[in-house]
Amino acid sequence: MNVGLQARKFDAIVVGAGGSGLRAALELARAGLRVAVLSKVFPTRSHTVAAQGGIAAPLGNSSEDHWHWHMYDTVKGSDYLGDQDAIEYMCRRATEVVIELEHMGMPFDRLDNGRIYQRPFGGHTQDYGSAKMAMRACAAADRTGHAMLHTLYQQNVKARTQFFVEWMALDLIRDAEGAVLGVVALEMETGEAMILQAKATILATGGAGRIFAASTNAFINTGDGLGMVARAGLPLEDMEFWQFHPTGVAGAGVLITEGVRGEGGYLLNKDGERFMERYAPNAKDLASRDVVSRAMATEIKEGRGCGPEGDHVLLKLDHLGPEVINLRLPGIREIAIKFANADPIKDPIPVVPTAHYQMGGIPANHLGQVVAPRGGDPEVPVPGLYAVGECSCVSVHGANRLGTNSLLDLLVFGKAGGEQAVADIRAMPAAHKDLPEDAAARPLARLARLDSASGGERVAEVGAELRKTMQAHCSVFRFPDMLIEGVSKVKQIAARAERMSIQDKSKVFNTARIEALELDNLVETALATIVSAEARQESRGAQARADFPERDDKNWIKHTLWYKEGNRLEYKPVHLKPMSVETFEPKVRTY
Amino acid sequence: MDRVAHDRLKWKCRRGLLELDLVLGRFVERNASALDEGELARLGELLELPDNDLWDIVSGRSDLYAAGLGDVVARLRAC
Ligand SMILES: Cc1cc2nc3c(=O)[nH]c(=O)nc-3n(C[C@H](O)[C@H](O)[C@H](O)COP(=O)(O)OP(=O)(O)OC[C@H]3O[C@@H](n4cnc5c(N)ncnc54)[C@H](O)[C@@H]3O)c2cc1C
Repeated sequence: MNVGLQARKFDAIVVGAGGSGLRAALELARAGLRVAVLSKVFPTRSHTVAAQGGIAAPLGNSSEDHWHWHMYDTVKGSDYLGDQDAIEYMCRRATEVVIELEHMGMPFDRLDNGRIYQRPFGGHTQDYGSAKMAMRACAAADRTGHAMLHTLYQQNVKARTQFFVEWMALDLIRDAEGAVLGVVALEMETGEAMILQAKATILATGGAGRIFAASTNAFINTGDGLGMVARAGLPLEDMEFWQFHPTGVAGAGVLITEGVRGEGGYLLNKDGERFMERYAPNAKDLASRDVVSRAMATEIKEGRGCGPEGDHVLLKLDHLGPEVINLRLPGIREIAIKFANADPIKDPIPVVPTAHYQMGGIPANHLGQVVAPRGGDPEVPVPGLYAVGECSCVSVHGANRLGTNSLLDLLVFGKAGGEQAVADIRAMPAAHKDLPEDAAARPLARLARLDSASGGERVAEVGAELRKTMQAHCSVFRFPDMLIEGVSKVKQIAARAERMSIQDKSKVFNTARIEALELDNLVETALATIVSAEARQESRGAQARADFPERDDKNWIKHTLWYKEGNRLEYKPVHLKPMSVETFEPKVRTY
Repeated sequence: MDRVAHDRLKWKCRRGLLELDLVLGRFVERNASALDEGELARLGELLELPDNDLWDIVSGRSDLYAAGLGDVVARLRAC
């Protein structure tokens, strides 16, 4: 089966060049190992570039702070589904990784005394949830993600990491014992597949927000790592949990920052009613993301949405006046004009709750090792395989992520995964393991199908249908009948995807072929999401079920595991016991 | 423009910022077939910019682009 495929050997392969992949690669390259980083796009064009708000760390520069307070906020934010040992680990290493990044040259905003300036961010508090906000977010103007990517990329170049840009990993290579021996990847320029063999394979492919019609994610976020893992027979964890941002521009997805409501903007339904007053009499439009998103979804569902289709609500800010809009909300006017055809100085912006961040993903422990149930133990490391960043589920975000904790997750677990891989590689024999005969069978079959099929389903149509179905059946607010119907619809779409064909069969830089391969991954991710959501009979964090409106701690403090084979679900316990401190017991989550 | 050149351009328009995915996507759809070699080269130069800088230019918040790229910038801004 491997005949004709070229193979290249490395100590480690990192799939993905966003913040998490670059941080992991740096650890490996600095240890003197041969590291290959694959990316579909130039590293600094990874989606991490979109992060503006900042990165959380309890440095205590701008207000008093403590890692244990940060841990409390993260556990509470996760709605008690996060693993408390991993959360402790992340919060205790936060200061170290942020200072390290500073020393690498990250241009953080500074205080007059030269220390990193920190600002408040939703959900981050002082003194275990007191009314006082913690100043915990470190930022580089409104370009934190951009600065982070550039800093880490430069360091990797210095450390001689080898980059394979415009290469797409297709599938994992596993041997009979289940160990991962590398990936099969497609070089876009030639359209040829190649085997990349390694002692450690680190997945850092980012989120899969493109499974929804309304998404703040860039087009690149198609969940490739999730698809690869699912096809390799490994589970995906807690995929029902997706964070929605209340204000994405309707029809485009582009995010309108919370700052707009912070400055006094508010939401209206079709009757011109400021409806948040009914749902959150105190916080109103500034209530937490999930509360505002659910209120908007309810207004739309109950027929009070705006526009000819009644499918959005309006964000009004003209009363703030041009000065505030231009000076304090830079960029918002341009976005509204370009993507909503509305000038916010005169007109309200049409907005909908928009998929933003994936809390679930590839099950991993705090050392970045991918873990799966085996012989009665729910978390046995898969030899040779690691996952870091948004594609992984460690799980530090549980059922709901706090803003600025994701960039922190990239650095802490990127570093930890890299460290663990270095140790594992050093403990291995010098020679690579032999490849199984059928190492490339699965990806070659996927390519052969595309290269031969004709007159089948069109990729763009199936993709659009998938996104529309997920949006209608499995977004902010989940209804039992819609979920059940949605599961069967997504299964039908999955069957259609198996019959897809492309017109132009040529290999050299054929984006139609690449998009077809990406669609396979979107389909796996969507199925995992809706099947897991249908089964979880409670509301927790980002999962809000109309038929089970309450959190059910008796039955549902457990992680979902979805397997592609048979669409099967299993569950595993949440780690309620931290590493060194007392458990934070579940409490009602109010803000 | 042949199929390969078109696809290469299309992929260079896959970005980290959704804003750019959307605008560049529209641009390619509307203009790709009519671009001459000079325009293609000038577009290529713009696409080498970091995402945030390019978005500031496309959205009209910044005019910090090399002289001679004005025609392509104007067309991008219209998308
Ligand atoms: C608009 C927006 C604003 C945000 N703001 C913040 C914020 O202020 N603070 C915060 O903490 N979080 C924020 N987030 C979340 C955070 O930015 C992301 O969770 C994080 O950047 C993801 O990083 P990553 O390294 O996991 O993946 P990404 O940066 O998405 O990188 C994925 C990489 O994988 C590569 N890849 C994917 N598939 C393949 C394949 N098959 N083969 C080869 N390569 C592949 C891609 O090319 C890319 O290099 C924001 C998110 C959005 C959408």
